[in-house]
Amino acid sequence: MLKDLLTPQTTNAFVGKLGDILVKAIDKPLGYAINWGRLWSLWPVHIETACCSIEFGAASSPRYDVERFGIIEAFGSLRQCDLVVVQGTITRKMAPRLRLVYDQMPEPKYVIAMGACAITGGLYFDSYNVLPGIDGILPVDVYVPGCPPRPETLIQGCLLLQEKIKCMKAR
Amino acid sequence: MSVPLPPGLQLEKFEEDDKIMTLNVGPQHPGSGHMRLIIRVDGDYIVSCDPDPGYVHRGEEKMAEYRNYILNIPHLERPVIHDSCNILYPYVLGVEELLGLEVPERAKYVRVIAAELNRLSYTLYWLAIYGIFLGHSTMFMWPVGDRELAIDLLDKLTGARVTHSYFVPGGIRNDFPANFEDVCIRQVNYLKKRLKTYGDIFYDNPILISRTEDTGILSREDAIRLGTTGSVLRASGVDFDVRTKEPYDAYEELDIHTNVLKKGDSYDRSKVPWLDMLESCNIIKQALEKMPKSGSVRVKLKPNPKGGDDEVYKRVESGRGSLGVYIVSRSKPEPYRLKLSVGSFRNLICLPYLLKGEKLGNMPAVYWGLNYWPVEADR
Amino acid sequence: MSSSDTDTKTETKEKETTQTKPVVVETTPAEKGPELPKFEKDLSNKITEKFGSKTEIAFVKPDRVRVNVKKEDIINVASYIRDELNFDHAESVTGVDFPNDKEIEVVYHLGSYTDPKLARQVLSLATRTTREDNPNPGNDSTRLPSLRDIFYSVEFHERECFEMLGVYFEGHPDNRRLLLPEDWADIPPLRKDFAIKGR
Repeated sequence: MLKDLLTPQTTNAFVGKLGDILVKAIDKPLGYAINWGRLWSLWPVHIETACCSIEFGAASSPRYDVERFGIIEAFGSLRQCDLVVVQGTITRKMAPRLRLVYDQMPEPKYVIAMGACAITGGLYFDSYNVLPGIDGILPVDVYVPGCPPRPETLIQGCLLLQEKIKCMKAR
Repeated sequence: MSVPLPPGLQLEKFEEDDKIMTLNVGPQHPGSGHMRLIIRVDGDYIVSCDPDPGYVHRGEEKMAEYRNYILNIPHLERPVIHDSCNILYPYVLGVEELLGLEVPERAKYVRVIAAELNRLSYTLYWLAIYGIFLGHSTMFMWPVGDRELAIDLLDKLTGARVTHSYFVPGGIRNDFPANFEDVCIRQVNYLKKRLKTYGDIFYDNPILISRTEDTGILSREDAIRLGTTGSVLRASGVDFDVRTKEPYDAYEELDIHTNVLKKGDSYDRSKVPWLDMLESCNIIKQALEKMPKSGSVRVKLKPNPKGGDDEVYKRVESGRGSLGVYIVSRSKPEPYRLKLSVGSFRNLICLPYLLKGEKLGNMPAVYWGLNYWPVEADR
Repeated sequence: MSSSDTDTKTETKEKETTQTKPVVVETTPAEKGPELPKFEKDLSNKITEKFGSKTEIAFVKPDRVRVNVKKEDIINVASYIRDELNFDHAESVTGVDFPNDKEIEVVYHLGSYTDPKLARQVLSLATRTTREDNPNPGNDSTRLPSLRDIFYSVEFHERECFEMLGVYFEGHPDNRRLLLPEDWADIPPLRKDFAIKGR
């Protein structure tokens, strides 16, 4: 019976169907597992762009200790990183470099825009050398407002990103 | 996903020599901040270094020409948000001279206390980054943790963690909150005790000494010739501190000791800010004792005040050295031209000079020992 | 109160109209009241004795003296200030644009570390150069002699002044771009005719 069904002509179709069924069965739990692994080990790249880096440093201080949420201190190669925290103003000189850094990072990668300057240009809305927000160069996942945001706000932004990763489709 | 570079922008291409190699340190590098050093190395030794700042150039000076004297306050403190009282200080002094304002006596002392607390919080952060640059993780955690005490005090006083906007022309925004003096003395005493333990763990540490001693020596003559300022200058044996040489506000009545070290290497440059922090604790305690116990803290200011046809150059001692503000006024509510002459930018000239002939591994110690904050240098 | 206000206003207006060329605020020491800035007066007298009419003392305030010189004489005056008056470093170099006078002013703020008597003093040495309406930085007549050989510390300040106002410093070894992006193709941003967004 099965031999009759599985002629060489239909094998491919059958295997394809089987794959679809398998994907439907395990994609969700597997994706959840992958995302779970990702969200507790976010590695930010060490790129300081402006003054919000002070509060980024303060967030890893003993008082705020962002490491307990799985966001490690920003030291290391960008080839291992999967998170860009854009710490403040992006000037026209920095923008191509920021994009270069983002392009060199492996997928999947997430972006947090920290501070009013990274969101809209902030206080420097009319400056000649400042971009009005980083939306034009990077796809932003979470916006953390403030000038500069307090470390608590940054931590909340990181938790929001983790919530978002949980709901994302694993790539 | 990659986006082509904008037309007209060519990132530099370097000619490769057989022996000489060019390294880009920054802007994405664990050992540099928001700036780039183009370093050419021969083996392990640095042949030349060309600093390339400007990654955070936000055009503060141009923006200041479009805002009146009050609206300029918030954005002028952004270059050094962790030392925001000190970068605002010369601007406020200059505007007061332009408008002919007399500051109440109590406000002068409160300003000194806020500025010294800010110097503490700035220098502790600087020390933390210095520690992590040299691979000393404890020296990152301790100062950043202790810095929160100074920030708590400033938070209580001004209502913001780092961007205070506390100084206004004519005084300060608000007086001390209740019980501030007691809390301040207690926390400053604690900070002083902690600072002394840094001496044991960091400055007497043989690893730190071997990494920083005799690297990047800046002689007294060169420090003067290059026009350096702040801790770099005092580590090279020049006794210059604006707080004692040209005292402003309440510094005249206070007894301040200037810390001068002789040798001018990276170790001395890392030690002077620490000694300054201990001195800051003394200054805060003196100011709290000497200050008038009551009185107004601000004189009334007309809306949209105008300065005459005049110019002022005021300078104060910030965490990174002498910080000058030059305001040209032309009878308008806005300054005609405003120039920030900042310590970081003045110390930048040392970098090519000090790194030449140095080992590449000594670069972080020399670079961060200059007390250089890129955002301030770029303005 | 109101009458005095109007008086001062008219006075300043008169000043504006009468003073066309130099931006000089004459504050003679007699107006300063009992406190004569004697030391500063001595400093300025030394310069005027040496150079006579070539220099112009713009003001003498406590701890601040400003000297205006023509651009042909600035090298001589700066050498004299360094060698005889013991000012040894430059704190800042500021360019100020005056489109109405068709001139750009460059102010050197000089200080001293070696002479303890001069620790409070900041001497401003100002000079002016012509300004062109269509600037072409480096290739037009907006030029000044560089003071780098006299005050080594002006090196980065003059580079900044070149890119921000387009003043080319002759004799400066390194007139490259410093702070602005590599693809900057507009006029120098600190000129008054460079308008920022929405203003």
